[in-house]
Amino acid sequence: MPAEQTDSILVADGIRRTFGGLTAVDVDHLEIPRHKITALIGPNGAGKTTLFNLLTGFDEPDAGSWTFNGQDVSGKAAYKVARLGMVRTFQLTKVLSKLTVLENMRLGPTGQRGERFWSAPFQFLWRGQEDANTERARELLARFKLDAKEQDYAGSLSGGQRKLLEMARALMVEPEMVMLDEPMAGVNPALKQSLLGHVKSLREDGMTVLFVEHDMDMVRDISDHVIVMAQGKVIAQGTPADVMGDQRVIDAYLGEHHDTDITQERATEETS
Amino acid sequence: MDIITGTLSAAVSVQAAYFCLAAIGLNVQFGYAGLLNFGQAGFLAVGAYGFAVAVASFELPFFAAVAVGLGCTALLALLLGIPTLRLRADYLAIATIAAAEVIRLFFGATFREYFKGRDGVSGFTADFQSVNPFDSSVLGFRPGEFWVMVVGWTLVVLSSVFVWLLMRSPWGRIMKGIREDEDAVRSLGKNVYSYKMQALVLGGLIGALGGLVLALGQNSVQPDNFNADLTFIVYTMLILGGAARIFGPIFGAIVFWAALSFIGAVLTKLTRGDDPFIPSWLMTDNQVGSVRFMVVGLCLMALMIFRPQGVFGDRKEIALDAR
Ligand SMILES: Nc1ncnc2c1ncn2[C@@H]1O[C@H](COP(=O)(O)OP(=O)(O)OP(=O)(O)O)[C@@H](O)[C@H]1O
Ligand SMILES: [Mg+2]
Repeated sequence: MPAEQTDSILVADGIRRTFGGLTAVDVDHLEIPRHKITALIGPNGAGKTTLFNLLTGFDEPDAGSWTFNGQDVSGKAAYKVARLGMVRTFQLTKVLSKLTVLENMRLGPTGQRGERFWSAPFQFLWRGQEDANTERARELLARFKLDAKEQDYAGSLSGGQRKLLEMARALMVEPEMVMLDEPMAGVNPALKQSLLGHVKSLREDGMTVLFVEHDMDMVRDISDHVIVMAQGKVIAQGTPADVMGDQRVIDAYLGEHHDTDITQERATEETS
Repeated sequence: MDIITGTLSAAVSVQAAYFCLAAIGLNVQFGYAGLLNFGQAGFLAVGAYGFAVAVASFELPFFAAVAVGLGCTALLALLLGIPTLRLRADYLAIATIAAAEVIRLFFGATFREYFKGRDGVSGFTADFQSVNPFDSSVLGFRPGEFWVMVVGWTLVVLSSVFVWLLMRSPWGRIMKGIREDEDAVRSLGKNVYSYKMQALVLGGLIGALGGLVLALGQNSVQPDNFNADLTFIVYTMLILGGAARIFGPIFGAIVFWAALSFIGAVLTKLTRGDDPFIPSWLMTDNQVGSVRFMVVGLCLMALMIFRPQGVFGDRKEIALDAR
């Protein structure tokens, strides 16, 4: 794989995570190209979410190290990873139910003066910053079709709306790289199209996007690079067209209906 | 008529102010940040004893002694928070409930030359009373008592305003976020551990001010003032008024304390005399002390059934949990 020429924002080596006897993630080498949209695909239980958790400091690996922007971030606390510019969303959404949609959004930006204990009681110290953040939040909410819900409790949103809010909130942090775990699950097709346009414009603005997705049409449509995982391992990567023609990928996805192929695959793996 | 004046004076008493402060502190920890502090009694005890011993044994001036009380409380919060706040919420609960008991037994049984065992420390308010601006009784309260009430209620107002200022700020937003889902807040780059620690310390310090008010009001502190049920009474007050509301803890503390006094007075009236209204085979007047808690308990159960969010709470918020 032509790892040398591409400029990688994230480089990971030898990451392994086991749960009891099950090896959920066992990735030898992984690079995420900068300023590109990368799709991470694989069947259910392939280890995609677990890999997200490891890279962002929400889980600890049994082994492995990784760098972000050339800086070693392995084992760093989740909040530090986020501050360095690597922000993720969750597959099972985590909106803050008893905060309004707008308050959820305002929680995003880092470096807020009003978040420090000693300046918090004095509104004049943080008013201006808060207003600017609110304006940006409203723009994003309009883009995500949540502007009418601004004053509602986030807990009153539908499943798809929660996905949208979480994605918008992650963008409020203004990360260098955003990691989206199935961002479009449950979002209606028309809005999906418009959001895909938005994701592409994020790339134009210089953001790096890594997302997990099961919808192959969407993967083909927006990603520059695809990484395929199965049973914890990276089994293929490359352009969408390359990857989707790859026999191993087809096997991994259709494995259950091709019993003979899978056993052959296992046998060759064990011998190698 | 004495029932009404009795109830009103209970509502504005030193005790009520003390409970208010304890509940405001707990509101910061439990109401806003979602921390299960089951040892608020311990924070009150350390605040009160720290101040009392600093004056009684070391003859420190008033404000220095207050600083000792608050300093010890902050230290206690750090000691309890450092090992537990990174863990699941229940660990803080276990640690605080145990610590509060240990603290009470510690004050009751060790360093007798300072803590004076079960009798407790007394005679430390001379400095404080020497600047008492009231020289005759006000509204039927003795001047010494009234002075403590003025200071106590001033502290209640000041700490409520401070909490209100904090909670409408982005700092408060992070607290409410942590209460809902720590991981979501963490994923946005906030140091959740540090914020939880700040809430634990702040809530403990406000509680310690309550302990201070109690100590000044009684001119003594005993280990028995800080039994484990104190913490649960304070929880009850907070939930009655409405958690995560500025007026919740104040309203809850005043109403609970006044209701207790009112029910006690009514029951006393009904059981006293040669031919009491409530027959003596059912209840006698020396059972009033316990029966009033039973009556209050029943009222609280009814409240939780018909208004689970507390008096100041928001029904819509509670309904969200069902989703
Ligand atoms: N906390 C855990 N304890 C035990 N096993 C776990 C845990 N988390 C994940 N696993 C296991 O690790 C494997 C990978 O799970 P993961 O959630 O990473 O899959 P995924 O690729 O995200 O799947 P999906 O597409 O369904 O979201 C699964 O077999 C799962 O059962
Ligand atoms: Mg997943």
